[in-house]
Amino acid sequence: MSEPRQRFWAPAVILVVLVVLWESLVTAFNIQQFLLPKPSAIAGNLVQVAALDASVSGEGEDISLENRFFTVLPADLSPEMQASLQEAQWLAFSLGGRTFLLLRGNNLTPILAASWFTLKEALGGMAMGTVAGIAVAIAAARWTATREALLPFAIAANSMPIIAFAPIMNNWFGLDNPFSKMAIVTIMIFFPIMINTVRGLVSVDARSLELMRSYAASDSEILVKLRIPNALPSLFSGLKVAGALAMIGAIVGEYFGGPRIALGVFITQEAALFRFASAWAAILVACLIGIAIYLVILLAERLALPWHPTFRA
Amino acid sequence: MPGPVVILENVDMIFGEGASDQVHALKEIDLRIEQNEFISLIGPSGCGKSTLLRVVGDLVQPTSGVAAINGKSARQARLDQDYGIVFQAATLYDWRTVAKNVQLPLELMQFSRSEKESRTQAMLELVELSDFAGHYPWQLSGGMQQRVAIARALSFEPSILLMDEPFGALDEMTRERLNLELLNIWRKTDTTVLFVTHSITEAVFLSTRVIVMSARPGRITADIAIDLPQPRNAETRSNVRFFELETTVREALRVSEAGDQPERKAA
Ligand SMILES: Nc1ncnc2c1ncn2[C@@H]1O[C@H](COP(=O)(O)OP(=O)(O)OP(=O)(O)O)[C@@H](O)[C@H]1O
Ligand SMILES: [Mg+2]
Repeated sequence: MSEPRQRFWAPAVILVVLVVLWESLVTAFNIQQFLLPKPSAIAGNLVQVAALDASVSGEGEDISLENRFFTVLPADLSPEMQASLQEAQWLAFSLGGRTFLLLRGNNLTPILAASWFTLKEALGGMAMGTVAGIAVAIAAARWTATREALLPFAIAANSMPIIAFAPIMNNWFGLDNPFSKMAIVTIMIFFPIMINTVRGLVSVDARSLELMRSYAASDSEILVKLRIPNALPSLFSGLKVAGALAMIGAIVGEYFGGPRIALGVFITQEAALFRFASAWAAILVACLIGIAIYLVILLAERLALPWHPTFRA
Repeated sequence: MPGPVVILENVDMIFGEGASDQVHALKEIDLRIEQNEFISLIGPSGCGKSTLLRVVGDLVQPTSGVAAINGKSARQARLDQDYGIVFQAATLYDWRTVAKNVQLPLELMQFSRSEKESRTQAMLELVELSDFAGHYPWQLSGGMQQRVAIARALSFEPSILLMDEPFGALDEMTRERLNLELLNIWRKTDTTVLFVTHSITEAVFLSTRVIVMSARPGRITADIAIDLPQPRNAETRSNVRFFELETTVREALRVSEAGDQPERKAA
């Protein structure tokens, strides 16, 4: 069946078409870069391509690549220029008689460093929120009274814009303390994880429960052998929601202030300095990280639930 | 000789007692089942067959009356793991393979590792599913799933097998084959079987006794001994006595449903 291939190709083609359309519309209408930078300008902050062309002569002058995605360079570059290209170069390849250099973009290093910092906050918050959510869910599933008292609050809290607490968390734990962002992420993630897990733990088939009773299984055996496996699929749906929220929580938390190394701070500063392409590049990396988190959760789900209907070929 | 395996004395089950929608599911049930009997419960839908089974299995507590199992309370019998239960739906755990599903009660009952494995293997052979040990439930047909459920119920050699329309959702061919398999298993062990069915043929073919019930309130209206020779097999179905007994059960059911009419009007 060509279906999995098609599932990959269709979005890939749409993505390429959108990017090309974006690039050509911005060029055609001469849109100001602070409104909408070209995709190539955004990409140029991360990756650059230089083509060495023997027919162009630069007479050894100093040429700046700036943040352009694609630049044609004369072959007779100054030694300083060659050294700096060498330093930024990932790989060189020949195509149609020309030599192309794939170079590290000027902002790649700061953006990656900031992303790593923010990712750690997101993952830390996610770990804490998940552990807390599961623990409370198990308690809530075990004690009906707890559940009935807690669940309305959880559902109400889940529909609240918890991110609005970000300035308060910043205040509590300190702007530069990564824990302030982790706290926001923890709270944001706690509710979807907990609600989904409770749902899975409680919505156990009545016959399955009777079966356990007929074997004289204890409550903890029922929890381990029936309720928890039964809750895994909905826990994973909770995790997928949480994965998306985690990066949002950390970055938006940083918008309200944080160390210079943080991604959210980087984005706000670049925007304030009118370096929009660079801000967009950072946002792009944040999006890619979000997608990566989602894919990791998807993979974990596949490994943990080989029996689940969604994976029945 | 040991006493009866099941004694129900004057058992009443009223759901939602006192409420406007209260249901008198069982009324004045008296039943004795000796060891190694194969008892079928038959009656109109909603007459309380499942409820009776669940009272025996201590899955519901009767409103009044006594249920004694193997000389103990039903609760104690449940705690002693005397029951193997098979429902109409196989009720397998999706996340366990066939072998792991059969092993579930063995795990809970702390059987040794080697015992677990040998029993699982033996049970899967018994229901002819050895080749599917590593499959997940969704990869099996309905009939195969039900066989797994039976293997699971038998794996720990319960003294009583409670079966609530175990073959109700299966096609005729599969059902007849599983009937024979079940009888084989029953003959090989000293299990006592309490079997709910809607099929007169199935009840007569399998049982040593057929209990007929009537609805609203659920009562036992007939207790018919099935004196067909053992072992039962394909020939049993062409035995003249088989048809006579089918007629007897059908007649008893008709009477029980007719007797049901005034009750309903009175209610
Ligand atoms: N948990 C319950 N709560 C309230 N009413 C119940 C409950 N279980 C059963 N009943 C009622 O008791 C009556 C007998 O139900 P039961 O399931 O025992 O019937 P049944 O003979 O098994 O029917 P069927 O052949 O359709 O399976 C029905 O009227 C049913 O609505
Ligand atoms: Mg029933």
